[in-house]
Amino acid sequence: MAHNSRDERTKEAEPSSEGVPAPEGPANLIDTDYVIGQDNLATDKLGFSIDLHGKVFTISALATVFFVVITLALQAEVEPLFNAMRDWLTGNLSWFFLLAGNIFVLLCLGLIVSPLGKVRIGGMHAKPDFSYSGWFAMLFAAGMGIGLMFYGVSEPMSHFGAALGGTTVEDGVRTDWAPLGAAANDPAGAASLGMAATIYHWGLHPWAIYAVVALALAIFSFNKGLPLTMRSIFYPLLGERVWGWPGHIVDILAVFATLFGLATSLGLGASQASAGLSYLFGVPETDATMVLLILGITAVAIVSILAGVDKGVRRLSEINMGLAVLLLLFVILVGPTLLILTGFFQNLGAYLVNLPALSNPFGREDANFTQGWTAFYWAWWISWSPFVGMFIARVSRGRSVREFLIAVLLVPSLVSVLWMTAFGGTAISQLVGTGFEGVQDAALELQLFVMLGELPLTAITSFVGIMLVVVFFITSSDSGSLVIDTITAGGKVDAPKPQRVFWAVIEGVIAIALLLGGGLVALQAMAVSTGLPFTLVLLAGCYAIVKGLMSEPRS
Amino acid sequence: MYKKIMVPIDLAHLELLEPSLQAVADLARHYRAEVCYVGVTSTAPGNVARNPEEYQRKLEAFAQQRKAVHGQPVSTHTISSADPIADLDDLLTAAIQDVNADLVVMPTHPPKHLDVIMPSHGGKIATHTDVSVFLVRPPRD
Repeated sequence: MAHNSRDERTKEAEPSSEGVPAPEGPANLIDTDYVIGQDNLATDKLGFSIDLHGKVFTISALATVFFVVITLALQAEVEPLFNAMRDWLTGNLSWFFLLAGNIFVLLCLGLIVSPLGKVRIGGMHAKPDFSYSGWFAMLFAAGMGIGLMFYGVSEPMSHFGAALGGTTVEDGVRTDWAPLGAAANDPAGAASLGMAATIYHWGLHPWAIYAVVALALAIFSFNKGLPLTMRSIFYPLLGERVWGWPGHIVDILAVFATLFGLATSLGLGASQASAGLSYLFGVPETDATMVLLILGITAVAIVSILAGVDKGVRRLSEINMGLAVLLLLFVILVGPTLLILTGFFQNLGAYLVNLPALSNPFGREDANFTQGWTAFYWAWWISWSPFVGMFIARVSRGRSVREFLIAVLLVPSLVSVLWMTAFGGTAISQLVGTGFEGVQDAALELQLFVMLGELPLTAITSFVGIMLVVVFFITSSDSGSLVIDTITAGGKVDAPKPQRVFWAVIEGVIAIALLLGGGLVALQAMAVSTGLPFTLVLLAGCYAIVKGLMSEPRS
Repeated sequence: MYKKIMVPIDLAHLELLEPSLQAVADLARHYRAEVCYVGVTSTAPGNVARNPEEYQRKLEAFAQQRKAVHGQPVSTHTISSADPIADLDDLLTAAIQDVNADLVVMPTHPPKHLDVIMPSHGGKIATHTDVSVFLVRPPRD
């Protein structure tokens, strides 16, 4: 950089671990006296080395044990409590979630077209750490791979059925679950509305939620030099206070949301995967099967995190991406090809036409849909955002803001449209065209396999389906453990390896304990409830992104 | 016999390097060899440096300090990685070729049980390169 002062350089070049002064450069480092890892406890007295943020790690670990124990011990008491908390949030604050979601989408779309889109993550001369395919595979696997497997068939079917049934009103309140005004007795209209509603939940909004967290963290870490941990988002608002308790609380909450979100999904996912295995191959659907699945997933995840981001997580994500593309192509080619291809554009159109009404936070009549579906989804995506956002941030260095947002927001949204059209559209056409009601009647976790059962080569495609579910769990588990480890190490990405293993093991242990002892649903409800505080974090993130980008040089 | 000695450096734990740095200085003087100090840093901010450029400057300054000690020519090579802990062995093995070194000197710990799961970096590198590797163990108390 031309402005670099040679004198300053030599002055700064002290090979010590003391306060790092801010060098001038193409990326504007924030001038802070905080040294990453200064509050850490580091020792290798235990036979292996550890390097942890004392307060964040200790409190997170103790609180985790506490919550798992009370969930196991007082199940009957805490389950209604956690569920009530989640229902109250999505019921009474649905307007807030919907409004915030819209802000995130508008900000991201605005940044793509604004001159701020030229800023490069990691400074003007930064080079990407990963190729496009590896990068995209990782952000997709972390973001929603597993969800697409479970909801790709079932959600379009649910909305289609609800919309077709029309509206029902009791005492002036709508009791149906249909989106907007429904489409009573109009299969084409119901299919279109159902797909639009599904894509709304899997398109721009969830990806904008991830993009806001990821971009805010990426800018403040790679460009501003702050640690790669949630609290850094608050620097523009709180200044040096983020290194104290306000920051600790944000980080601890992030560990919580990530750990409980992952562990409960792993537990519930294992029961779903074992239902699939039993349906397909007659494997007994017992606790032993599920525990073995969790152990297997955790073991592979540990191998993957020891191998690292590039050799572990990226490779697995790419394998999964390849498998998912094969399955998608298979459904498109063997299923109703023409219907899917024309459906892609029709559904995209229906999404855009219905988007203003679907995303309107105020004066909605379809309360069940906005609260039970949309607000619940938003809280869920947002509670996942510290994990997914931080992981996306970590692998996105070297990309320009515009490139980042196109890859994190627009491309995945289009992939979601195609995926939902192929899987949901095929299932709907089976119901409407041939009157096959199997998918509709099947349990949620089996709907994908029942749909595939109507296509040829069922044994192969169902096996690929199960594999995808399992590997998506592995990629969630390994990237999640990396994120939790980085947060509890005070933002250090180079903390000793045993810590990563520790978190992956804890995740598996919580999943097994709650699977056997009960309470998965309760704890998941609590994890989803962290969506509320994180909505505030994300709104702060929006402010931070704009403020941070304004002060960056644009290439 | 040796023209260029590669010395992997962890700027965050210089105290652990002390014995091996002494050996490097002696070897460099004896063989009149150039010493190339290699550092692997995370692309994300860490406790030594907040970006790879800053790490590079610190490593360069460190190399100059060492030059003042042993008087042989020095050079530096900074490698940045998204996951330095996991990629370290591969990156260092590749660096031996990149800097064209014919001897690697690095510290290592005495063998222990955990090595089965997580082998020491020095041992791993020695098995994956065709140049000579000198592993310096901490002095016995």
